[in-house]
Amino acid sequence: MRDILEIKAVSKIYGAVVALRDISLTVPQGQWLAIMGPSGSGKTTLMNIIGCLDTPTQGQVLLDGLNLGALSHAGLTAIRRESIGLIFQEFHLIAYLTALENVMVAQYYHSLVDENEALEALARVGLRERAKHLPRQLSGGEQQRVCVARALINHPKLILADEPTGNLDETNENLVMEILSQLRASGSSIIVVTHSQEVAAHADRVVTLEHGRLAQDRLVENSASLANEKILTLSPQRDLGAPLRPNIVE
Amino acid sequence: MFRLAFWSLTRRRSRLLAALIGVALGAVILFGMVTLCYDLPRQLSQEFRAYGANLALAALGSGRLPLAQIQQARGLLPPDKLVGLTPSRYEAVRNRLRPYTAVGVDFLEARKTSPFWRVTGQWPTQPGDLLVGADLALNTDLKEGTLATLDGRDQAGRRYAKDFRVVGVLTTGGVEDGFVFMTLADMEAMTETAGVADLAEVSLNLSAAELRALAARLRATIPDLEARLVTRVTDSESNVLGKLTYLVYLVALIVLALTMICVATTMMTVVLERRKEIGLKKALGAENWRVGREFLAEGVLIGLLGGFLGSLGGLVFARVVAQSVFGRALYPHLYLIPLTMLVMAAVTVIACRAPVKRAVAVEPALVLRGE
Repeated sequence: MRDILEIKAVSKIYGAVVALRDISLTVPQGQWLAIMGPSGSGKTTLMNIIGCLDTPTQGQVLLDGLNLGALSHAGLTAIRRESIGLIFQEFHLIAYLTALENVMVAQYYHSLVDENEALEALARVGLRERAKHLPRQLSGGEQQRVCVARALINHPKLILADEPTGNLDETNENLVMEILSQLRASGSSIIVVTHSQEVAAHADRVVTLEHGRLAQDRLVENSASLANEKILTLSPQRDLGAPLRPNIVE
Repeated sequence: MFRLAFWSLTRRRSRLLAALIGVALGAVILFGMVTLCYDLPRQLSQEFRAYGANLALAALGSGRLPLAQIQQARGLLPPDKLVGLTPSRYEAVRNRLRPYTAVGVDFLEARKTSPFWRVTGQWPTQPGDLLVGADLALNTDLKEGTLATLDGRDQAGRRYAKDFRVVGVLTTGGVEDGFVFMTLADMEAMTETAGVADLAEVSLNLSAAELRALAARLRATIPDLEARLVTRVTDSESNVLGKLTYLVYLVALIVLALTMICVATTMMTVVLERRKEIGLKKALGAENWRVGREFLAEGVLIGLLGGFLGSLGGLVFARVVAQSVFGRALYPHLYLIPLTMLVMAAVTVIACRAPVKRAVAVEPALVLRGE
């Protein structure tokens, strides 16, 4: 299986602070990788570099074989638009747009706006009925699912999630994890930054950062996502395109 | 792009309202001032007609002007701009051996061309009625109600004389206060010479440039006619008009600058408030130019809408000013509405430059982290 991401000896230095030190990492296509570590360990910096929101001071990052270091600011923007789906801990939905419009914004910057496709993406996260609601009318879990739908709408090669369940209760955390598991099962590559062992348990592989260094890199046996995949495979009525059950939290 | 801008504006009404009020107020003043400026020459021209004729017709050389030529000239004047045309004839006469300058005029026309003439007593209406200048009334025996015989000699040296009754005293504050006035018909009867005048004073609602063009046309059409601008009136009119126009444009410019500052401040606040949204859009792959274009689109929409609302307000503003200052109705220049909308859109676009620059400089990684 080809690698979706190759990180070669990447360092990031802010003045006198070394945020990342000589990180090397390879992520095969279709893998779910969890990045863990204490606060200040460099997780978010690494995430930003992978997500083309920042550039390394040293080293090389290859996304689907493309050297990101060789790209201009506009080139990195294009990569974000074309190849990466971002999920944020704080959702970052545009307050004056409905759930549907928030999904369509990602379409707008990517290519053409297609309302039906955006509705399908919302249906995929179980929010078709809430499409016309503004973010303030949605629960935290629902907002995160809109954020997931927005990340998926352009069929990215890589989904990056920064603490996707950090602001959710257990029920909603499970719901979001279920959606990510479905994505994993459908072959999407996922990188999740998390503090949560429960979230990391869904990944195929967990890397741990400490003081900007790669401290641990391990494969997860009996990953929860693989377990889910089995469940999903066994359950004929739960195909990936079908909506999940609606969120009842509030 | 405009749909996103429209959503942003219509669903965040408080901000829209702040910027819109700023633009609309600017447009009210701009539209009102420009409308007044367009209408100012017409309004002022009418005001200046109170100061007398602005065009004088005379015979070329030292001869007299046939009334037939004056009638021909009248035919060349724009009837809708003509306030009055007064032919007058001057003769040297005597009363009790004292010399006077007698003027024969059509008093009905004279009251139009020289509305500043003030008469105590009566205006001449009957044959033999005489109007005496205020200086003469003060310093001679010619008082209201007195009888006077005026006599003189024609160019052939033949004597003439006619009896008059003083019916009123004329005050103008000018040379007219030293003259005696009679109807043109009385002058013709007294001198037994008809069909000529020395001068024709014309009052027209035209600017100095239009008058110059008209005078040239009259001279070209009637070869024996000399048509001159009464520069004392036209120059004053041009001076006042020029200064007022300058003042109006200056005020309009200041208002535009203030509008620009208001919009720039509001848009800068909007950019600061929406840093996360901008960061998100950039994280989703929006190029800098698209982020900038969205803000400019919002600016254009605010400018167009504010310009339209302001134009309607400006129309009312200009009407009120015209009515209260000039006492006349204003001619509405409706084509100024789209023009004002475009100007206000341009103003908001210029005002958005600095906020847009700040918007495109937003670093998504930083703002999405809450920094």
